Amino acid sequence: MQTPAPPEPIEISETTTDWLGALRDAGFLALFTLGLSFPILAFRTRQDLTQGLVLDPRWELVATVVSIAFFARLGWLIFGGQLSQATSSAFSAAAKTLSPLKAHVTTFRYIGLTWLIAYPFLAVLIAGPGGALKWIDNFGIQILIYIMLGWGLNIVVGLAGLLDLGYVAFYAVGAYSTALLSTHLGFSFWMCLPLAGIFAAFWGILLGFPVLRLRGDYLAIVTLAFGEIIRLVLINWVELTNGAAGISGIPRPTFFGLPFNASDEGFAAFFGLEFTPLHRLFFLFYLILALALLTNWVTIRLRRLPIGRAWEALREDEIACRSLGIDTVKTKLTAFSIGAMFGGFAGAFFAARLGFISPKSFEFMESAVILSIVVLGGMGSQVGVAIAAVAMIGGTELLRELGFLKQVFGDSFDPTQYRMLLFGMAMVAMMVLRPRGLISNREPTVILHEKRAIGGDMVKEGHG
Amino acid sequence: MAQADAQMPDTALEPILRVEHLTMRFGGLVAVNELSFEVARGQITALIGPNGAGKTTVFNCITGFYKPTSGRIAMFAGTPQTDAAIDALTNSPNTHAHTANGGVYLLERMADSEISSKAKVARTFQNIRLFTGMTVLENLIVAQHNWLNLASGYSVLGLVGAPSFRKAERQAIDLAVAWLDRIGLTDRADDPAGALPYGDQRRLEIARAMCTGPELLCLDEPAAGLNPRESSELNKLLMSIRDGNGTSLLLIEHDMSVVMEISDHIVVLEYGTKISDGTPDFIKNDPKVIAAYLGVEDEEFDDAEAELEK
Repeated sequence: MQTPAPPEPIEISETTTDWLGALRDAGFLALFTLGLSFPILAFRTRQDLTQGLVLDPRWELVATVVSIAFFARLGWLIFGGQLSQATSSAFSAAAKTLSPLKAHVTTFRYIGLTWLIAYPFLAVLIAGPGGALKWIDNFGIQILIYIMLGWGLNIVVGLAGLLDLGYVAFYAVGAYSTALLSTHLGFSFWMCLPLAGIFAAFWGILLGFPVLRLRGDYLAIVTLAFGEIIRLVLINWVELTNGAAGISGIPRPTFFGLPFNASDEGFAAFFGLEFTPLHRLFFLFYLILALALLTNWVTIRLRRLPIGRAWEALREDEIACRSLGIDTVKTKLTAFSIGAMFGGFAGAFFAARLGFISPKSFEFMESAVILSIVVLGGMGSQVGVAIAAVAMIGGTELLRELGFLKQVFGDSFDPTQYRMLLFGMAMVAMMVLRPRGLISNREPTVILHEKRAIGGDMVKEGHG
Repeated sequence: MAQADAQMPDTALEPILRVEHLTMRFGGLVAVNELSFEVARGQITALIGPNGAGKTTVFNCITGFYKPTSGRIAMFAGTPQTDAAIDALTNSPNTHAHTANGGVYLLERMADSEISSKAKVARTFQNIRLFTGMTVLENLIVAQHNWLNLASGYSVLGLVGAPSFRKAERQAIDLAVAWLDRIGLTDRADDPAGALPYGDQRRLEIARAMCTGPELLCLDEPAAGLNPRESSELNKLLMSIRDGNGTSLLLIEHDMSVVMEISDHIVVLEYGTKISDGTPDFIKNDPKVIAAYLGVEDEEFDDAEAELEK
C-alpha cells in the first residue's frame, strides 16, 4: 500500500461519497482478509490411505470470504452512515414513544408476573400435554434456574463489584449437600433446601476470609481457582461423592409429603386427578419461580437497606468507604455469603429436579455463562439480568429447534454446535454497542424530591 | 525542636489530638521525622508546608491509612485526660480505653474504619473521593452506615420493614437534608454526585464526612481548585462547623487566604520535620517559615539567615 495522498480540496457536496477512497479501503480489507484466511481456510488437511498428509485446496471458500469482506466493507462505507443514522434515529424515536410507558412500571410488573404464573398452562394449551414438557422443562425451568443464579451473582458482581469467576462452586456445594444429605441421611428436599443455602453461605465466608483482601484481577483468579478446587475435590473424593460417576437416586421434592407418582399415596390420587408427569413439572416450575422471586425480592430489599448501600459504595470507592467507618471486610463477606446462599438454593433445586448430579455440571463454563448473563444484562440491574438469561439460555435452547436449517446447509449441519460461536458474537456485539450491558442505568435507593435514573457512565463497575 | 516546643500557644487549651514523635519511613526515605504537635479542641489547626513536606503522610497516619513506623497518636474523647491514663493505655495491648469522663484512643494501633467509627475522626481526600454513581443524598446516607445498620437489626429488621428502622432512616435523611441545606445542594439531592461541579463536590465531601458525626475533621486541601468566591464560602462553612457543631478541624492547605483567615493555630512542616508552630500572626512573621516556605527576596533571605544565626 502506498501512503495515502493528502486529501485534496474536492468540491463535492456532503451527500456524494468518496468512491475511490471507499474502493481503496475495501480493497485493502479484502487483501487483509486474504492474508488472514490463506493459512486458515485455503487448505483442508486429511490423511490418505498411506497415512500421508494431503492438502485439498479450497479456493472457492477463500474467494467467497474475501469477496464478502470486500463488498460488506464497501457497502458499509457507502451506506453505513445513513444506516447508523437511521437506526439511531429509530432508537430515539422508539425511546420517545415508549417513555410514557414508564409511568406504568407497576402495571408491567403485574402483567409479567401473571404471564409467568400462567406460562405452564399456556404451554399445555398451545402445545398439548406432550409438547408442553419441552416448553416447561427446557425453556421455563432451565431459564429460571439461570435467572436465579444470575440474580444471586448480581449481588456479588453487580452490587458489591467483586469479580467472582467461581460462582458455580456454591451451586455445586448446594447440589452436593442436598444429594448427600438426602441419600445418606434421608433428609427430605424441604430440609435440604435451607441447609444447602446455609452450607453454601458458610463456604462463601470460608472462601471470603482469605480472599477478600485481594482486588480486581487477583480476586477473579483466586475465585476461579476455588471453583476448580471444589470440582476436583468432587471428582477425586470418591468415597464421599462417588467421583466422576456422580450421585444418583436423589429423592424428588414432594408436595407437602405427597410424591409425584402414580401410586395411591401420590399427588394425583390424593387430589383425584389422573396421573401425568406434567404435575411434577408444574410443581418444579412454580418452585423455581418462587425461589427466583425470593432472590429478587431479597436483593431489591437489601439494596435499599444500609448494607446494600454499603455494597454499592464499596463498588464505587473502597477507600472512601473505609474513611467513613464502614468495615469493608464484613461488608464484602455479607455480599459474598448472601450471593453464595442463593447459589446454594439453586443447587439444591438442581439436584432434586434431576435426581442425579455429577461434577460435569459444575465446570468453569457454567461460571462463565452465569457471569456473562450478569455482564450482558447490565451489572446491578435485576431486569437486565433476567432479559439476558432469557436471551442466552432461551437462545441456545432455540438452536435445537432450527432443524429446518439442515435443508439449507446439508444434513451434517447441527445448529447447536454453533452455540459458543453465537455466544461469543453476542458478547462482542454487546461490548461494542452497549458496553455497560442491556440496562446500564442505576436506580437511586432513596429519593428526596423526584426519581432520576443515573446514567451508566457515572456508575463505576468495581475492581474487586 | 526545643525552640518550637517553647512557642506552643496557650497551653491552657485542651488538646483533642496529640501526636508525639511520629516517624514514617518508606524504605530509606524518611517522610515524617519525629513530629510532635497538638490539635486543640474546638479550634481549626492548619498543617502547612511546601510540596513533599509530608503533610498528607501525617494525615494518612492519623486516619489509619498508613501504619506509622514509630510514634504515638492519641485521640481524646470527653474531658481532658491525664497523662497517666494515656501511659497506662500505651503499656496495655488495647487500642482504646474508656475512662470515667471520656476515653483515649491510640490511633496508630487502630484500623482505618475503626478510627472513623470509634475514635470519631473523619477525613476528606486531596483528590475528591465521592461515590460518583450514587446520588448526593445517598452519599450522605452511606456516611451514616454504622448506626443505621445497627438500627436495621443487621438488615433483619430492615428486611421486614420494621417501624423502628423506618424511623431511623427518616432521621438519617433529615440529617442529610440539614447538611444539604447548609451546603446549598438541596435542589440537587437526587442527582448523581459525579454530575456536580467541582466546588460543590468539595463541599459535599465535607458534608459527607460530617454525617459520620466526627469529633475531629481532617481536611486534605479543601480549597484546592476553588475560585475565590468558592474559597470564601468554604471558609464560612468550616468556621460554622467549628462554632456550630463544636467539631475540631485539622486541615492541610496551600491557599494562604484560607489558612490565615480561619486557622486558630498553624503547624509548619518542611522535609518531614516541624519548623514552626503557633498562631497565624506568629507564623506570618516567623523568618524560618518565610525563608523555607513562602520564598524570599535575596536580601530578605540574608536577613532571615542573620536572624537564624542569632
